[in-house]
Parts: sequence; C-alpha cells; structure tokens
Amino acid sequence: MKSNKNTLKVFAYSYLIFLYAPVLLLPIFAFNDSTIISFPLNSFTFKWFAGLTQETYLQESLKNSLFVAISTSILSTCLGILASRASSRYEFFGKKSILSFLILPLFLPEIIIGVALLVVLMQLGLPLSLWTVILGHTLVCTPFSIAILNSAFANMDMSLEEASLDLGETRFGTFKRVIFPMVSPGLIASLLIGFTISLDEFIIAFFLTGTETTLPVYIWGQLRFPAKLPGVMALGFLMLLLSLILLLLVEFFRRRMNRTTDDQVNVQFGNLFKHDKKRTRDSKKNHS
Amino acid sequence: MEKKFLRDLSLDFPRGELTSLLGPSGCGKTTLLRLIAGFEQPTKGNITIDGFQMDGVEANERPTNMVFQSYAIFPHLNVEENVGYGLKRLNLGKDETARRVDEMLNLVDLDNYNKRPAHALSGGQRQRVALARSLIMKPKVLLLDEPLSSLDKNLREQMQVELRHLQRSVGITFIFVTHDQEEALTMSDRTAVMFEGQIVQIATPQEIYSRPKSKRVASFIGVMNFIEGQLLKDGDQNTTVDAGILGNVKVNPDQMPIPLNSGPVTIGIRPEMLTLLIEDQDRTEFEIGGVILEGAYFGDMTNYTVQVKGLKSPLTISMRNTAGRRVLEDGESARVGWGADSLVILNKS
Repeated sequence: MKSNKNTLKVFAYSYLIFLYAPVLLLPIFAFNDSTIISFPLNSFTFKWFAGLTQETYLQESLKNSLFVAISTSILSTCLGILASRASSRYEFFGKKSILSFLILPLFLPEIIIGVALLVVLMQLGLPLSLWTVILGHTLVCTPFSIAILNSAFANMDMSLEEASLDLGETRFGTFKRVIFPMVSPGLIASLLIGFTISLDEFIIAFFLTGTETTLPVYIWGQLRFPAKLPGVMALGFLMLLLSLILLLLVEFFRRRMNRTTDDQVNVQFGNLFKHDKKRTRDSKKNHS
Repeated sequence: MEKKFLRDLSLDFPRGELTSLLGPSGCGKTTLLRLIAGFEQPTKGNITIDGFQMDGVEANERPTNMVFQSYAIFPHLNVEENVGYGLKRLNLGKDETARRVDEMLNLVDLDNYNKRPAHALSGGQRQRVALARSLIMKPKVLLLDEPLSSLDKNLREQMQVELRHLQRSVGITFIFVTHDQEEALTMSDRTAVMFEGQIVQIATPQEIYSRPKSKRVASFIGVMNFIEGQLLKDGDQNTTVDAGILGNVKVNPDQMPIPLNSGPVTIGIRPEMLTLLIEDQDRTEFEIGGVILEGAYFGDMTNYTVQVKGLKSPLTISMRNTAGRRVLEDGESARVGWGADSLVILNKS
C-alpha cells in the first residue's frame, strides 16, 4: 500500500518536471551571457533584455499584438454576454444545439480554422490585416467567454432581477445595480482570458496576418537567425510572466465571483477549472 | 415553455386584510401572485388595484411589492443597502433614507444590523430583510410567495405570529401564497383554496374548515371522515339526512355549503367532532358502538382509528388527553359520540 503511494508520488513529480522543465529553460537562457543556447552556462546578464528595446520590429509587433488582444477580448466578451444571457434567461427552439455550436471552435484544430478562414476571406476578397486576425481570434476566444460568463449568469437567481424591478427600479437601473455588479468578476475573467489567449496565439495569426505581424509571428520569424535566439528567450520569458500574472488574475476574479454567488445554484456547464473545495461543499449543501 | 394557466378566476382582495392563496403545488397560486406583481401578463382578463387598471403597467410601476420564496436578497449589498434599495430612485437624500431604513429595521426587529453583509444573515434574518425591503416602499399590496417555507418548524411558527402582527400594525393588504394548510388557517383573514388554476372556495379560515364546499377541499384542509348517505328533503328549514348506520339526522341548511337536491350525498365529520364516550355516564346527542383498531399517541392528543359496524372505512377520532382521561387500548370496544350540527353535507363525488 505504502509503496504504491510512493510510486504515484514519483509519477506525479516526474510528470510535473517533464511538463515544466522546458519552460524553466527560458529564464535560464534569457539571463545567460552567450549567443549559443546550450550548457554550460556563462555569466549572468541583462543584455538580452536591454537588446529588446532596440528592436523596432519587435516593438511594432508588440503594439499590434496588444491591439489585437484587447480588441479580441472585448469582442468575445460582448458576444459571450449576449450568448450566455440568452441561454440562462430564455427558452427557445434549438437552444442546446446552438450553444454546442458556439462552443465547438474550442475543439477544432486551430490550423483548420486558420485555413478555412483564409479561404473564406480570399473568396470574399477582403485584404488580410490585423482586423482579420482579430476576427479569427474572436472565433477562438468566444467559447471561453461563453463558458465563463455562462456560469456567471446562470449563478444569478432570476428573482434578484425581479426583486429589483419590483422595488421600482427600471430595467437599465437593474442592469447597473444588480446584474453588472454580480457578473463583473466573470466579465473581468472573460476579458483577461481572451486577452491571454489572443496574445500568444500563433497559427491563426500566421495565416491571417497581412503585412503587420503579431508578436508570436515575429518570434517565429526570428527563430531563423541563431544570433537572435537569446533575445527571443528574453522576450519569451517576459511573455510567460505576463501570461502567468493574467491567469492568476483570472483565477482570483473567478473565485470572487463564486463567493458573491455562493448561495445560488451552481454552474451549468463548461466549468473550465477545477472546483475549489469551498464551492463543492456549498453545492452539496444546496442540493441536499 | 412550461404551461401556466388560470381560468374563470375572479376574486377581490379586501383592503387591509390578509388573504392567503392555498393550494397544492402547481395549482397556479404563484402564477396569480406574479400576475398581480406584473411579472407575467394575463392573456385575458384584467387586474385592478385600488381602482386603477394594471393593464400594461410594468412591474416597477405597480403599487405592489413582493417577498420572494428565495427572499432574493441582493448578495453584493449589506442589510442597509438591501432595505434602502427601492428608496434610491425617490431621491430622498441620505438622512431621510437612513431614517426610514432604521425605522424599518426596527419594525422587523433587526436594529443595528445595518452593515451586516447579506451572506452573513440566517434564514429568518433574510426573511425579515426581504420584508423590510418591501414594506419600506409603502406598497398598497404586499405579495408573499411562500415566505416561510424555507424556515425550520419552530422559526416558522414564530414568524407566522410575527407576520400576522406586522400585517395588523401596518394595515397593508397582504396576499400570501402557501401550500401549508395550517399556516393558511392561522394567518389569514380569508383563505382562497385553489385547485388546477381555479378558486374552489374563498372564505374565512373557520368557514373553510368547518364548512368546506367539496370533498376535495375538506380532505385538503385537515382530516375529514366521509360517510355515504341519502338526503331526504322535508321542508324549508330542516332537512333530514339518512346517514345509514348513524340513523336519520336533522340538519339545517347552513350545514350544506352548496345547495343539494335529494339523493345520495357524502357526509363529512371532522375527527375532533367525534368523541369516545369512555365513562358510563358520558352522553352525547347520538352514539354508536365500535372497536378501537389503533391509537396514535401525540402527547396532547391521541388519534384513534375506530371501526364502526356497518361503515365501510374506519373513523378517525381525535381526543384531547385531558387530566384523568385514560388512553384506550387497541381492540377495546368503545362508544362513539357525536352531535347533529357537526355534520357537513357534501356533493357525492
């Protein structure tokens, strides 16, 4: 019994090492004073980070990426609001299948989406630009937004809205004073996850980008020049940090959302993350 | 969509009274409440509050407020903000709002709970906050949708009394939805019994209990013994009922909640209207012999099941356990006593 437990432990740790060791190489080589990415390490340096500030193309693509990521997160959150509000409040014909189709892009290979969108855009004669990238990214991010917002809206008891109307508040006032504050943690989580996904998405951006490139596409271009590799490592490290911070924020807001609605009924579907303990306990209490 | 329908429904709620809508779940009582509140629109017919047509008047414009079954306390606001929610649109100013909120909290016995967050409230406190939040709007009609159903038994009984007291002191018309018969009887000035989207009887609790209009109402509210019989008319004032084994009994028209013609009828009698004549000298207007099948002891009461020879089903008799009265054993023979005026004559159906 005991040895069994130990085997499991060894398995779990080696799995984690296998998963994260390559990522850990990123910061190591980002601070290594050598153009060749290999051990043994030379001295510690910040010069690769300093070098990033010199790259005009890099700054250009960073700006593009931020523009794309921000637009995508706003667009997909707006679409997500509409879809999840409709699904949590109204009954209509084909509701389940419509929702499944909205979630479907989550499971489609991005390369298929990329190629398909490219073909359609070509047929329509639309020029490739950052807007076409935004279009593609919105398609991929919307399912995530829907999944997050769906639980935010579904957790909201319908009678709260009615109570607000009943107390003389208008529909708009009800949105402002009840619905918005209650779903805002979900909104922020949705915006952040859209931003994160769009920021480091490569395949769709690669297919749909015009003359202006996004950051991941730029990085891919840089990989052809061995001398640029340490710079890419430094850049990768910075992006890793940013992604981590954003994900932590998402989790923070998601938990807060669960806390504000913890006496309401639980998630419908698409719970992207594991349940935290408190929540499972509460849901048990509610169902009993 | 779920089907919701009410039909041929017409009733008045007297001003300043507590009327309860009582019925099994799915009978449409909540739908009726939501129609009055303006959350649902009637396909036909109309609703008038204090002389004003409510046709096309939105929920937020109606002089009604609702206490929801779930209480619907805004979870992101504290007690004070919840109670003062509806005042915000009236632009009363900070001081006046605070004064009214305090006044309401005092009324529902929640003084100094102002800053308590919603999630830190118990069920009973939530209920009070929901009440205060509605009453602060000074509605013409307060609608309560099973407001006590999620409280435990003791608290529920306490709140019934408090709610009744509160209603008398504020003098607002209350419409109270419940599926709990006892609750309806204890609390209301008038009770409307609903089955399948229709009101089958509306009267005072006493009348509903002692003079139910149908077998269904009779057995929905409390327990009733039913005996088959024949109605024999013999004049305007007095009517004789042939109650089979019980003999011929004269009843007055008041004991027939709906007018009946001669022929087969059902005779109803409440368990507490029957007595067991234990001592030899005990006497009632009528009596008949039987055998105790089973006695269920409840502390203050004992409920007996008594088989009377000549009756198809046994009678249920409930007896108070007063001082000196002994509890009868199963299988013991007993005399069942009753009075003519305790009978209710109902349609045979």
